[in-house]
Amino acid sequence: MAPEVFTINYLTVAIAAIVGFVGMSIMFAASYLLSPKKKSALKDMSYECGIPPSPYTWSQLNMRYYIFAILFLIFDVEAVFLFPWALVFLNSVDAVFYEMLLFIGILLFGIVYSWKKGTLQWN
Amino acid sequence: MSLIIDVGMRVSLILGLLTGLSVVVLSLVWVERKFLGRIQMRMGPMVVGPYGLLQPVADAIKLVAKEDLLSPWVDRIVYWIAPLAVFIPSFMIWVTIPISRDIVIRNMDMGLFYIIAFSVLSIVGLVAAGWASSNKYAVLGGFRAAAQLISYEIPLIMAVLGVAMLAQSLNLQEIVNQQDTYVYALVQPLGLLIFFIAGLAEIGRTPFDIHPAESEVVGGPFVEYSGAHWSIFFLAEYINTFAVAALTVLMFLGGWLLPGLSGGAITTVGVLVFFAKTYLVILIIFWFRGTFPRLRIDQLMSFGWKMLVPLSFLNIILTGCYMFYGWPAWLMSIISVTILASVFWLVSKRMNNTKKEYTVHIYKPESLEVKNAG
Repeated sequence: MAPEVFTINYLTVAIAAIVGFVGMSIMFAASYLLSPKKKSALKDMSYECGIPPSPYTWSQLNMRYYIFAILFLIFDVEAVFLFPWALVFLNSVDAVFYEMLLFIGILLFGIVYSWKKGTLQWN
Repeated sequence: MSLIIDVGMRVSLILGLLTGLSVVVLSLVWVERKFLGRIQMRMGPMVVGPYGLLQPVADAIKLVAKEDLLSPWVDRIVYWIAPLAVFIPSFMIWVTIPISRDIVIRNMDMGLFYIIAFSVLSIVGLVAAGWASSNKYAVLGGFRAAAQLISYEIPLIMAVLGVAMLAQSLNLQEIVNQQDTYVYALVQPLGLLIFFIAGLAEIGRTPFDIHPAESEVVGGPFVEYSGAHWSIFFLAEYINTFAVAALTVLMFLGGWLLPGLSGGAITTVGVLVFFAKTYLVILIIFWFRGTFPRLRIDQLMSFGWKMLVPLSFLNIILTGCYMFYGWPAWLMSIISVTILASVFWLVSKRMNNTKKEYTVHIYKPESLEVKNAG
């Protein structure tokens, strides 16, 4: 029974993805057929506030948010552990509950540490 | 043979879902414009159709028939894929969101987990759109979107986890069925607030519309998009808005359940109840748009990491203790409300402080006049 349920789940999700893709492709096609196509140099320019843009527009940026990305990774991996725990912690040994409290405590300590270090400050 | 029939049935159901969602999006556009108009003491759309009801349809036709501008510096493949990468996940999560008892395309045991896992994928689409557009503002907007969405993902997941712990299930049908004695909003006001705020940030609605901020990065990742491509981002945004409202209703406000409603009526009347509740939540979202100013990006990040993340962990620890030690439900509500009240007090105190820090000294015109006269 169980494998069948999985197959149907995956099948439904796959069909949804395909229908979404095909539906939007039809919209693109309709737009391609209906829309006017008049090329001009001015239209081709990328948007800038009134002045001509420099051709190289992939400018370098300060990647301030990479610290947040690392933090996110930690907490997201933790979520993967927390979801199975949330569903079984009442029906297993008491230690399971306390262990997860300890785990969350360590992570909270981590966030307090990075807070004190000043990494959470966006400046 | 039966497989073909099965697949055909599912395809038609999902096509129906696509149509239904499109109709919902059209209605949302009309409701938003009308509601915002009323907030600003205007009439809103009135010209196309009775009470402007056909305005969104006219807008949709205009968008499809518009010229698709493509700058030669654009990275073509990524540029084309990005709207799909935003739209398809936001459409796919609707496979498992029920609108009434047993009215759902596929009821999954891992429903909530699936929804969370897929809703994150749209971040990739936004960053890709920003990068491929070959525009400074788009790149800035894309990076802002990445920073914002990953920051608010954690409180969102943790708020969902609190509900999963209460219901001991990730199945949305099961979660709603368990709320027939009391809705989870009463036990977890903290979780409801965290989920709602983080959800608003995830869909980039007004107090948190940092990445498409028109007055700062002129539309963010969507600057270079026009016509059909832009309208797909638009569609995805409204589908996500509806999804956040629907999930708030299903997880915290009892879904299709209503006191006094029982028996077979739940399934049929439940659809109306569900839509009524969802549209009420959506009206609150639009109300926010009409009344709140946009946050600065540093305020946004510090609110997410210093306020919502610790609060959401506190919520999980509280819920765990409530379930594990078998606390009475009213105690849980009282603790939750106390925490909320103290947070509001702290925030308002801080806001008053910052006001004092940035007081601007204005020279009075009279003193100038005196000087000039002398």
